[in-house]
Amino acid sequence: MHELSIAMSIVEMAEEESLRLGGGQIAAVHLKVGALSGVVTAALLSSYGLACENTVLAGSALVIEEVPVVVHCPRCDARRAVQSIQCFCCAECGEPAADVLEGRELLVTALEIR
Amino acid sequence: MSHEPRLVEVRRNVLKQNDIAARALRERFRAAGVFVTSVVSSPGSGKTALFERTLTLLRPRHRVAALVGDLATDNDAARLARSQAPVRQITTGTLCHLDAAMVERALEPWDLETLDILLIENVGNLVCPSSYDLGEDLRLVLISVTEGEDKPLKYPTIFNSADVAVVTKMDLAEAVEFDAAALGRNIQAVRPGMPVLHLSSKTGAGMDEYLAFLEARRAQSCAGTAEAAPSVPLRA
Repeated sequence: MHELSIAMSIVEMAEEESLRLGGGQIAAVHLKVGALSGVVTAALLSSYGLACENTVLAGSALVIEEVPVVVHCPRCDARRAVQSIQCFCCAECGEPAADVLEGRELLVTALEIR
Repeated sequence: MSHEPRLVEVRRNVLKQNDIAARALRERFRAAGVFVTSVVSSPGSGKTALFERTLTLLRPRHRVAALVGDLATDNDAARLARSQAPVRQITTGTLCHLDAAMVERALEPWDLETLDILLIENVGNLVCPSSYDLGEDLRLVLISVTEGEDKPLKYPTIFNSADVAVVTKMDLAEAVEFDAAALGRNIQAVRPGMPVLHLSSKTGAGMDEYLAFLEARRAQSCAGTAEAAPSVPLRA
């Protein structure tokens, strides 16, 4: 359960960005969460409200975009989805594929500022 | 009067602070020639027993030390001190994982130049440690034969983040009807190509192969550093 400390990092980061952008009320934070980031989105959402208390982010929304795993398939020599997070095989041809191109990210991508 | 919110694009890695600290640690380890292996597993998979054995066996040949993470006690450090190797405990309080800053603080009293190999034992947890780079060269994930062969499917993220899987408590394999082939298939499903080692810290079976693996990876890592040296000049 490390989502609270992640939520606090997000709040800190958003506060810094808001200051850099000249202040203003933050209405929402947009976040990309990879399927391999190790973050449970439900736990993150419930921690977020708590982390926002008494900050300029109080009352703001956390908008999460979940990013699926994308691998490089050695047989197709192309970017491919995996069959599932329990099966790192190319969704097209079934070849095992360990080279992860996307799905580890944990990124603040945008802020909605009033 | 209310304004429509405006959308401002930013692109910031939430774990950037940890990643920066981990990168700095990795550079320090490389510069000092220290090979760093971290270990993650469930509570009770045998991390401390494996560390005790590893430290004892490596000590005659290398200058080894260990950092051990624990939520509340320093029992593990006391146990590992029997190996005579330098050991420091990181007590995380309520935190469920180690991060790079904790490792950095714990290393303060040590001169890295006096070490060849550093082992880092993470807090027993198969979820949270996967997100935090500690600057290690090699990440081991331990799974004991008593845990169930489907564990990699239940915790794919941590298995995917590791470099090698070590199956522990092999002395109990027969009693619990452990199915090595099934576990192997499940590990390969979540991390194709990951090496899998089997051992018993209690009887010592499999320890030679495991130590040889560590030594080989250490040699590779040292060779890699030497090759990389001209392109990555280290500042004094």
